[in-house]
Amino acid sequence: MRDWKVLLVDDEEEFVSTLAERLALRGVEVRVANNGKEALQKIEDDPPRVVVLDLMMPGLSGLEVLARIKRDYPAIEVILLTGMARSNEAGEGMRQGAFAYLMKPLSIEKLMEKIGEAMKQHTGKVD
Amino acid sequence: MDLKTNLAQTFGRLLDIPEEVPRPKRYSLIRRNITILMLLITVLPLVLMALINYHQYQSALRDEIMAPLRVLVNKTKHSFELFLANRLATVKFIASAYSYSDLADEKKLNKIFRVLKQEIEGFIDLGLIDSNGVQVSYAGPYDLKGKNYSDQTWFHQVRVGGVYVSGVFMGHRAFPHVVIAVQHLTDSGQFWVVRATIDTKRFDQLIASMGLDPQSDGFLINREGVFQTASKLYGKVLDTFPEWVPPVSYEPAVFERLDSKGRAVLLAYAYFDNPDFILMVVKPKAQVLKAWYTLKSELLLVFVGSVLVIVLLVLRLTHLLVERLKASDERRELAYREIQHSHKLSSIGRLATGVAHEVNNPMAIINEKAGLMKDLIEFTPDFPDREKFLGLVRAITQSVERCRAITHRLLGFARRMDVEIEVLNLNEVIKETAGFLEKEALHRNIRLRLHLAEGLSRIASDRGQLQQVFLNILNNAFAAIKDGGLVSVATWEIDMDRVGVSFQDDGVGMSEDTLKHVFEPFFTTKKGTGTGLGLSITYGIVKRLGGDIQVQSKPGQGTRFAIFLPKKPIEGAGNSHA
Repeated sequence: MRDWKVLLVDDEEEFVSTLAERLALRGVEVRVANNGKEALQKIEDDPPRVVVLDLMMPGLSGLEVLARIKRDYPAIEVILLTGMARSNEAGEGMRQGAFAYLMKPLSIEKLMEKIGEAMKQHTGKVD
Repeated sequence: MDLKTNLAQTFGRLLDIPEEVPRPKRYSLIRRNITILMLLITVLPLVLMALINYHQYQSALRDEIMAPLRVLVNKTKHSFELFLANRLATVKFIASAYSYSDLADEKKLNKIFRVLKQEIEGFIDLGLIDSNGVQVSYAGPYDLKGKNYSDQTWFHQVRVGGVYVSGVFMGHRAFPHVVIAVQHLTDSGQFWVVRATIDTKRFDQLIASMGLDPQSDGFLINREGVFQTASKLYGKVLDTFPEWVPPVSYEPAVFERLDSKGRAVLLAYAYFDNPDFILMVVKPKAQVLKAWYTLKSELLLVFVGSVLVIVLLVLRLTHLLVERLKASDERRELAYREIQHSHKLSSIGRLATGVAHEVNNPMAIINEKAGLMKDLIEFTPDFPDREKFLGLVRAITQSVERCRAITHRLLGFARRMDVEIEVLNLNEVIKETAGFLEKEALHRNIRLRLHLAEGLSRIASDRGQLQQVFLNILNNAFAAIKDGGLVSVATWEIDMDRVGVSFQDDGVGMSEDTLKHVFEPFFTTKKGTGTGLGLSITYGIVKRLGGDIQVQSKPGQGTRFAIFLPKKPIEGAGNSHA
């Protein structure tokens, strides 16, 4: 088992649960949140090292969640997911300190790669 | 009121051209109506003024010409009257100064007659007639003694009026003469008549003294229209005047008439108080009004000339106006179409974005489910029918991949609508853009040279927008050069923050005036084909990308556009996902 604690945030339950299962199969310690509020709650309970965050969510939007994470937990790295329709938002997210952004549909290999890079970055920050 | 509304309606109709009239016909309608209107408002006052002037001049000139004629007639009439009054006074004097017996004595009468002839010109004879109308005595060349006049009209008239002056007649003597008779009443109620004859030579002298020119004529007629003196043109003494006898007027009057010979004449005349003569002067009108006719033809020439100038001007002006209108209509339409087109594109872009996004989410789920299936198969050691299932999953994943390609293409199209910053190699963008024009360059034998700096810094900018900018400028360069011309593109590092791109052509170049307006919207030198939007859009894009654009040009020496682009986007931007 790698020591990868990841929080997946997406309003599409089918998507997020399946993705979580796949990541778990690859030895990632995954938790899931279906909206921004829940995500912030789960981060507060037990801060992960990396958050994979969908930008398009009802209620608290991805960008808002990102801003709060960066405010309260600057060490946590955030990988943004986007349908790319509003890539301005992705750009904005990057400016606010997101680690990377990925387009849906994802390739699991690419996601694993980015999570791996983010983990390294995180470790660097913590050390 | 009615006229006013009518006029307003007519003018309104001229100005109001229905929108639904098809284009070419519409312009010819506008042209026609503006021409009519302008001609109306310019030529109408001119015509009115010309007419008014014409009449004023005519009457003024006529007065000027007719006044001397009147004076002449009046003067001559007075001379005639003076002459006759003088002769009448003489006869009256003889009648009063001498007694009946003196006058009845032929010897005495002859003596008186002799003195008379000596002193006063024109007397032919002198005689005494008693109350019975019998010639008592006579002095003169004829033997008239004893002749009885009692049944003659003049004798009765002299008895009634006391004085009688006859018209001209030939009488016994076969040359024109006038008789003057004066009645003398004695205190006892008896009366006698002194009768004298004078010849009319003096009349001719008086007429000659008017000094008329050869085409004109002067004469006396009586109220019956019988000539009392000879006329050069119309007849001898005692012939009948072939023209009309004018209405009675003792003041000199002037009429215009066509005479029996068909000449337009001015006829000046005046009636005498006594005897019933009318003095007439006839002058050919053409001659009298010569000055007027000259003036009239000059006026006409000026009028026709100015109307011609006005018509030409109006036609030319209207032509220019309508051409301008047409051109601006066309330009507006083109611009409108351009805007419509970009609106359409951006709507399509928005739609495409929406669709792509909506499809992406379920696609992501399918992708993950299939991925999970694959994972499960792979992670389970002896999965039954493992290869078959893996094949199925791969087919699903490949289909998702295809869908992804489609949605990406859609999003790529939409991306052109908004500024989309990515880190890119400027040289590559230029090469790509030049690729669009390769065919045309080949076809027109244009040398398109790229001097691209090696190792040029990558910049954060918008690929699609840059392509549009470069394409615009290259298109303009291609339009400016002849076949076989040269266009060179160069890139270089300016400083830490900026890179430069230049486009140099050897085309026609631009004047200073054109240069000033080159980035203004709707300014174009490509009459009819350009929208005047290309370079203004280019300018807008470069500015939006945080860059700058400069242009240098001289007529005949080609044009150089230089674009300076920031390496980093103005508002900062994201990593590339690609």
